[in-house]
Amino acid sequence: MKKLSARRRHPLAAVVVLLLALAATGGLYAAFAPAGKAQADETAQSLAIDEGKKLYSVGCASCHGTGGQGTSDGPSLVGVGAAAVDFQVGTGRMPAQQPGAQVPKKKVIYSQSEIDQLAAYVASLGAGPSVPNESQYNPSGADIAKGGELFRTNCAQCHNFTGEGGALTNGKFAPSLEDVDPKHIYEAMQTGPQNMPSFPDTTMPQKQKQDIIAYLHAVNSDQSASPGGLKLGGLGPVSEGLFGWIFGLGALIAVAIWVAAHTAKAKKS
Amino acid sequence: MSTTTDARREAPAGERIADWADGRLGIYSLAKANMRKIFPDHWSFMLGEICMYSFIIIILTGVYLTLFFHPSMNEVVYDGSYVPLQGMHMSEAFNSTMHISFDVRGGLLIRQIHHWAALVFLAGMFVHMMRVFFTGAFRKPREVNWLFGFLLFVLGMFTGFTGYSLPDDLLSGTGVRFMEGAILSVPVVGTYLSFFLFGGEFPGGDFVARFYSVHILLLPGIMLGLMVAHLILVFYHKHTQFAGPGRTNKNVVGMPLLPVYMAKAGGFFFLVFGVIAVIAAIASINPIWAIGPYRPDQVSTGAQPDWYMGFSEGLIRVMPGWEINLWGHTLVLGVFIPLIIFPSVLAAIAVYPFIESWVTGDKREHHIADRPRNAPTRTAFGVAWITWYMVLLIGGGNDLWATHFHLSINVITWFVRIAFFVAPVLAFIATKRICLGLQRRDAEKVLHGRESGIIKRLPHGEFIEIHEPLDAGARYKLTAHEQYKPAEIGPEVDENGVARKVSRTQKLRAKLSKGYYGEGNQIPKPTAEEYEEITSGHGHH
Repeated sequence: MKKLSARRRHPLAAVVVLLLALAATGGLYAAFAPAGKAQADETAQSLAIDEGKKLYSVGCASCHGTGGQGTSDGPSLVGVGAAAVDFQVGTGRMPAQQPGAQVPKKKVIYSQSEIDQLAAYVASLGAGPSVPNESQYNPSGADIAKGGELFRTNCAQCHNFTGEGGALTNGKFAPSLEDVDPKHIYEAMQTGPQNMPSFPDTTMPQKQKQDIIAYLHAVNSDQSASPGGLKLGGLGPVSEGLFGWIFGLGALIAVAIWVAAHTAKAKKS
Repeated sequence: MSTTTDARREAPAGERIADWADGRLGIYSLAKANMRKIFPDHWSFMLGEICMYSFIIIILTGVYLTLFFHPSMNEVVYDGSYVPLQGMHMSEAFNSTMHISFDVRGGLLIRQIHHWAALVFLAGMFVHMMRVFFTGAFRKPREVNWLFGFLLFVLGMFTGFTGYSLPDDLLSGTGVRFMEGAILSVPVVGTYLSFFLFGGEFPGGDFVARFYSVHILLLPGIMLGLMVAHLILVFYHKHTQFAGPGRTNKNVVGMPLLPVYMAKAGGFFFLVFGVIAVIAAIASINPIWAIGPYRPDQVSTGAQPDWYMGFSEGLIRVMPGWEINLWGHTLVLGVFIPLIIFPSVLAAIAVYPFIESWVTGDKREHHIADRPRNAPTRTAFGVAWITWYMVLLIGGGNDLWATHFHLSINVITWFVRIAFFVAPVLAFIATKRICLGLQRRDAEKVLHGRESGIIKRLPHGEFIEIHEPLDAGARYKLTAHEQYKPAEIGPEVDENGVARKVSRTQKLRAKLSKGYYGEGNQIPKPTAEEYEEITSGHGHH
């Protein structure tokens, strides 16, 4: 001990202590950390993260920052989770074409495997909702009527009765939900993209999300029936009024002109 | 009447029935007086018929709907054939409307005919009213009939609103809540009125039954009476006609009621019914199954009333949310001011005929319809009013304008707030200029003929366009209107220098009259002398 105490003021002592402390921490971590995860780092997952990081640097970093920390042009992606990436990129909203009140849906430019890699990278930045698997969002067997009630209670304020979409303030809008992929509806509820509030499982359990997806499929997809004839956009009295004026009264005035033009005149004599 | 026939041989059955009826109802003298009643022929004179026929269609289909509709707010569980609502709790009113739509034979078609016919009825009344307005057909002796028609339009709005509320769906429930909010905003008595109307707190258990009797009994009853009175007055006054050779203020040129007009009008009824039925068969209206039953805790975006109430929606949507809090009471100006403007918008057009007759001081009867251009101030006022109405309709649909034209809803709201004041003024000025321009063109046409589009080269090289002179009939049409002189107050002092009393209203009247008929506000129509002078000489044009 004398040797040690004699050298405690040696110029390199601090370095040695630091090295020892680091070695101890690292050793303890190696000993106690879950072995599975440590091994997985070397496999597909970390490969996906690496690939995702490359894609991220090219397509996303200019707005979201080189490490996903966010800039003045885009929010931080730490903790948004893989589900958010799968929704935003999978519906073509990201990468954004231009800044604006809201980024609209457009053509999807990444393949699903690239989206998965991006999602893996963003998920590695911080814990968040993961991409749901099919058993979570598959609406078969769900309660359509219950879903309708939930939709009218939680969603219709912005998305309209049957999800035709609606306006929000300052150019923002709730998009139409016609024919949206069940996975994307689920992810949107889970993550609350753009101006939408999120409905995590604690406030809206998986079963209720499935009910809502089933309801939307029943009333607003290419397979839903419109018993009354043309839906006229499903927008309610404004489009009905427009239709009534143009095609209802318009046709009747045309008929009136026709009737008035054919009068009982002795044309030939 | 059948005295000439052989006593042994009986008269034909039709004649015998007619004789029977004549002996009891006096139909022969009635028919003699009215069979040859003349109606002028013009398509715009059939707009009122569109309204009458759609009203009849609404009554017929409405009777069918009452057979199946239950005006009750008792809660039931839906077990009909529309899957996405099975097991839902709803009022009996909603349930029976679902039953009509899905399980009554022809129910949905009848419902849609009823509703489409209502939209067309109101739209028809709007256009009919504007036709009467722009042709000055409201002038003496028809002012009372103008008011009857206006009342029909207003009552139609409320009959439509109560009908729209009956199915107790989420959309109409939101509309009723809107109305309740408007009633609550009335100072002092608002709460009492609301409790009286709904039998307690909103929505309560009474309003569907109450709206039902108002919708099927009270309002249509009054409307039917008014419509009959409206028609009797049309008969009594005789129809107006446009100016033309042989048409004067003292005659009516057209077709006799029987058989020509009756055949046309009868046929037109079936055409109207057919068009509305086709529309109802191809286009959905008020799909309550997609909207869902009303629950006060739910609401949807895009919640608008039917078009005829849209301007009131616009008023409320663009009004800033002002309120005053005094001594623990809140005066909700953001709702109350729109509630006050709502009847004012309607009253503005209703009282116009009386203002015009006061300005002109004209007490004579008018049976010749004006061409809108020949009454520029009136036409400009009408267009300004329509513009005002349309601006409010834009406000009422601001969310759909925003989503469909990719605009900001806030920008639209501000546009409507400004346009509410500015657009009618601009429309007034623009319309008046256009009318005056058209008057100038008419004068030009009368004096110089119609531009033929044929270019002629004269021997010395000049090019001229050949103008074809109008025939006398066309010239008559363009110059038949009379032009008022602006009213003068006269000198303010008499010949002795004593100040004459000129009341403020007289001054206002003179000023308005100048605005109507003064210099620059109408183009003097060509006189016969002018025409002689131009056509007698060699002056070509």
